[in-house]
Amino acid sequence: MTLNDWLQIGFFFLILLILTKPVGLYLYAIYEKKPLPKILGPFEKRVFTLCGINPQEQDWKAYATSLLIFNVLGIFIVFIIESLQPLLPLNPQNLPSVPWDLALNTAVSFVTNTNWQAYSGETTMSYFTQMSALTWQNFLSASTGMTAFLALARGLTRHSTEGDKITLGNFWVDLLRSALYVFLPASILFALILVSQGVIQNFDPALEITTLEGAKQTLAMGPVASQEAIKILGTNGGGFFNANSAHPFENPTPFTNFLQIICFLLIPAGLTYTFGKMAHDKKHGWSIFSVMFFLAISGAFLTTYFESQPNPLLNALPISHDQGNMEGKEVRFGVAGSSLFASLTTDTSCGANNASHDCFTPLGGLVLMTNILLGEIVFGGVGSGLFGMLLYVIISVFLAGLMVGRTPEYLGKKIEGKEVRLIVLYVALYPIIILLGTSASLLSSIGLSSLNNTGPHGLSEVLYAFSSTAQNNGSAFSGLNANTLWYNLFFSFEMFVGRFLPILLGLAIAGSMVRKKAVIASSGTFETKGFLFICLLIGVIITIGALTYFPVLTLGPITEQIFSQIGRTF
Amino acid sequence: MEKRMHQQGILRDVVGLTFKHLNPLYLKNNPVMFVVFIGACLTAAIFLRDYYTNTTSHEPLWFTASISFWLWFTLLFANGAEAIAEGKGKAHASSLKSLAKEIIARRVLDNDREENIPANELRRDDVVRVSAGDFIPSDGEIIEGIAAIDESAITGESAPVIRESDSDRSSVTAGTRVISNALVIRVVSNPGESFLDRMVTLVQGAKRQRTPNEIALEILLIGLTLIFLIVCLTLVPFGLYSGSKLSITVIASLLVCLIPTTIGGLVSAIGISGIERALQKNLLAMSGKAVETAGDIDVLLLDKTGTITLGNRMPVELIPFEGVDINTIAKAAQISSFEDKTPEGKSILEFIQTTYGNFIDDTSFDKIKFIPFSAETRMSGCDIEHVPYRKGACDTILAFVTKLEGSAPSDFKRVVEKIALQGGTPIAISVGNKILGIMHLKDIIKPGIKERFLRLRAMGVRTVMITGDNPLTARTIAEEVGVDTYLAEATPEKKMDFIKAEQAKGFLVAMTGDGTNDAPALAQADLGIAMNSGTLAAKEAANMVDLDSNPTKILEVIEIGKQLLITRGCLTTFSVANDVAKYFAIIPALFIVTIPELSVLNIMGLASPFSAVLSAVIFNALIIVALIPLALRGVKYRPVGAKSLLARSLLIYGVGGVIAPFIGIKLIDMLLAQTGLI
Repeated sequence: MTLNDWLQIGFFFLILLILTKPVGLYLYAIYEKKPLPKILGPFEKRVFTLCGINPQEQDWKAYATSLLIFNVLGIFIVFIIESLQPLLPLNPQNLPSVPWDLALNTAVSFVTNTNWQAYSGETTMSYFTQMSALTWQNFLSASTGMTAFLALARGLTRHSTEGDKITLGNFWVDLLRSALYVFLPASILFALILVSQGVIQNFDPALEITTLEGAKQTLAMGPVASQEAIKILGTNGGGFFNANSAHPFENPTPFTNFLQIICFLLIPAGLTYTFGKMAHDKKHGWSIFSVMFFLAISGAFLTTYFESQPNPLLNALPISHDQGNMEGKEVRFGVAGSSLFASLTTDTSCGANNASHDCFTPLGGLVLMTNILLGEIVFGGVGSGLFGMLLYVIISVFLAGLMVGRTPEYLGKKIEGKEVRLIVLYVALYPIIILLGTSASLLSSIGLSSLNNTGPHGLSEVLYAFSSTAQNNGSAFSGLNANTLWYNLFFSFEMFVGRFLPILLGLAIAGSMVRKKAVIASSGTFETKGFLFICLLIGVIITIGALTYFPVLTLGPITEQIFSQIGRTF
Repeated sequence: MEKRMHQQGILRDVVGLTFKHLNPLYLKNNPVMFVVFIGACLTAAIFLRDYYTNTTSHEPLWFTASISFWLWFTLLFANGAEAIAEGKGKAHASSLKSLAKEIIARRVLDNDREENIPANELRRDDVVRVSAGDFIPSDGEIIEGIAAIDESAITGESAPVIRESDSDRSSVTAGTRVISNALVIRVVSNPGESFLDRMVTLVQGAKRQRTPNEIALEILLIGLTLIFLIVCLTLVPFGLYSGSKLSITVIASLLVCLIPTTIGGLVSAIGISGIERALQKNLLAMSGKAVETAGDIDVLLLDKTGTITLGNRMPVELIPFEGVDINTIAKAAQISSFEDKTPEGKSILEFIQTTYGNFIDDTSFDKIKFIPFSAETRMSGCDIEHVPYRKGACDTILAFVTKLEGSAPSDFKRVVEKIALQGGTPIAISVGNKILGIMHLKDIIKPGIKERFLRLRAMGVRTVMITGDNPLTARTIAEEVGVDTYLAEATPEKKMDFIKAEQAKGFLVAMTGDGTNDAPALAQADLGIAMNSGTLAAKEAANMVDLDSNPTKILEVIEIGKQLLITRGCLTTFSVANDVAKYFAIIPALFIVTIPELSVLNIMGLASPFSAVLSAVIFNALIIVALIPLALRGVKYRPVGAKSLLARSLLIYGVGGVIAPFIGIKLIDMLLAQTGLI
């Protein structure tokens, strides 16, 4: 690792640390301050009347029902637009309608904030589809993530004395505020910055150009900046082009690269502060932030370290090796810019990529996969990341409570059998759908036929794809041909279940916790802040992740690493 | 000799239960051990198949046989742990219970005649008569009479206690002996339904009701088992993809090693022995939940008298008002206390006798009309030739003399307040309409009680002293002994309101009590401990009964409750932490044939793949045995605050849990290598 690598990582995390509090304060003001600041309040009221929304508070069941209906409708609409694409405007390339399995996969993908892309944007989706279906869902899926978090956070932090408070807020209000006051203004600002750096924004048909060597090349055009901004800010990750953030029209300069990484971490990081404020315990918020921060720095450091090692199989070639493993990386980002992006895009459920994750060293790839497999809670997706992290906090508190001899309490509320049951389901869900999906694909000839690689790397590719879709990340080890009936349908299932089942479980927990009386802590209560709590939470997250995935990771990336050291290939 | 036979009996029970509980219908209550059971059956079946078909393509016969053998032993060890805990509890309970068995009871029939029947045929609401020398045939309530009773069989305390009808000490326990007088007792329970019988059910694994916290933990264990089941089952296709065909034997071994068998095998034993530890302290818990709740108590209500201070206040000083001769007031004090049968009255008499001598002469008794002490009047005394001699609470005496057109001496208020400020109780003494002076009664604080309160505070428990004293006295004593707060001039209603207010704030409240008027508060409190000497109403309302009738025992109950939770938590952590080493032992062994390079993960340097898997399985079984004593005894609780307690537990059971199996598995592997089989 060079000095430049160290400086980039250090500077980046410093900026993140500085921005967390202001962003958190803004989010708190938008969601929890009553009344809303200045003009936002009256404006919101008018929108409610216009849309016929009753902004009354909902209990968990009503909240969850609204959320589910809204999102299922979203899948339906995106699917229709994709299918009717040739009949709709803004289709200069005359692209045909998207095949049904791919259309379904893409619809589920964008509604679940996964943004898994089994297609190439420039050759599959018309500008109209990109803007009205995909960009539109980028806003809404990000906002849905925020609503899930808000409902859970309110369930945990609201104080009910006689079990009178059972509501968690209103889904439509939370959704609207997220879209209008958080994502829309931020996206407009960010899009303008991107355009200033060279990201394109037009409705022109693709350009046919002749390169310097005289070859013919098609240069894809389109309204890129508007989609790029929300793709990053909403931790969506679905690129306009197939090459995603490696494409110069999406991510032209090292500066935009840096901004993009900051922007997909901004809201997930800020929310930890918002939560601390909601819980009237800012130190608790900062403790959760510290856990995420530690895991993110560790991942970023390890990825950069492994990628700065040259590929041992290329040792014999007469090339310079001090650059590290540059295969599949953009020269304008280098090892540090690519590793930082890759590690953090897998930490957050963003899933945008500016380099080919498939080409990372086995151990570099192992870190990326681990980031996803930990549960997309290291900052994680907007809202959904902290949502998942809070469930891990509850398990940790449960264990700690047992070890200090008190029935466990979180934020003064007792954690009982009912909550433990729901959380255990949440923790068990991902191993079940990821490992069963991966093994089913490896057993079936249809699943295997999509593999471009055999041996441990093939296993890694399939495992990565299932982890990425189930955990709603959306990035890929691109060696797998995912646009087949088998994978399109299987991944649709993984994305849908991996998104909405946990949300339902979390909301049910919120519904049960909101009724509980909060007890004032005594010296016998375990404090959910400070060094010991941070260590415990990190320990629980890593232990659960490691114990669940150690065997399969051994057969995938670890074996591949051992083989590459001894020069064995497949 | 008898003791040895008894022990042999217990051993037979333990061994019997250990095997009896191999029944799959019983095991399915414990999903973790049920998975072990399936694994043991499968490996046994594979062994039999290989043995009879003589197949050679699989693992060697000895390997399958050893794995199967150790999986069965894992099950037996877990069953054994539960059986030992159950055996201990039962032995304890039945030694208490056996007292009642052989007694012949004199049942009173409707026509007032008596018949002799064996005690175990008595039904609820039967009436029996017992005289001096008789054993009490059944738990009951005295409906007539007063008697001295020797309860040493139960409490181990040799001094007899007084039990009396229509008082707060009207309960008698089966197996105790009447020393003096005779009693008529109403039987309060049917055979098999007494407090002791309920206790015996609590320590029986099969009939035991699981507590809420245990259920929550069990859900977590089921979740972990489910995850590891998926991990192990999907390893088969992953292995196939990588070119290794994994056998059922090794997959079953890996699965059993990974699932939390340590805590799964011991969880029942931990729960039972928690109740058994309570029983050892002569506490009858009405449910397992009661013991567990004890660990969670936030607020502890303690009666001042009997708990914080010795039962009776002692006079320390007699203060005459100006112009009153000390002997005059001493005489008035003595004669007015003569018919005060309360402990205080007795101690006043003793104080006067030893300090000032005797003023009463027996011959003049017929001229004296004695007025005994009563709780309503709050005074006692006598009338001698129509002159009233009175002794009692200051406000009542003042009211009394005012009625006779007397008034308080100029010093009265000052002296009374001074005594109250010192935490004492002022008692006024009057003759006619004149108050002669004040007797200073002092509470004697029980030795060692201050340290106990310090310990409680360290546990995070808030203590509240309940007293009938005025707020001034209450505050002084509260400060002196170090309770957190006090409730002065307490009445049953005030007590109840206090409990409800604390509960509304979300706190769990514990209290002790014995009287019938305590019953509602005992029922309202989250943990109510009734004294065995108390009334039936109090005992029925409580969730624990203390056979020793020792109110300070509530502190020990709290520790037992905490210990119970901590033991579960620590063993769960240990169990999960163990998995790291087991992975490092088994995973390289599984793929050694197709991916020999994975041997870099064999960091323990285990001798061979077979030895690696077998060592992990043996370690997994033996660790259960090794931890049985800890499960029965409980992890030691230290009142040091949550943070350091957690740090300590994480270090010992978390970090220690990671390291220990690396050493254990390596040692077992070395031993196995010595046998030459491997």
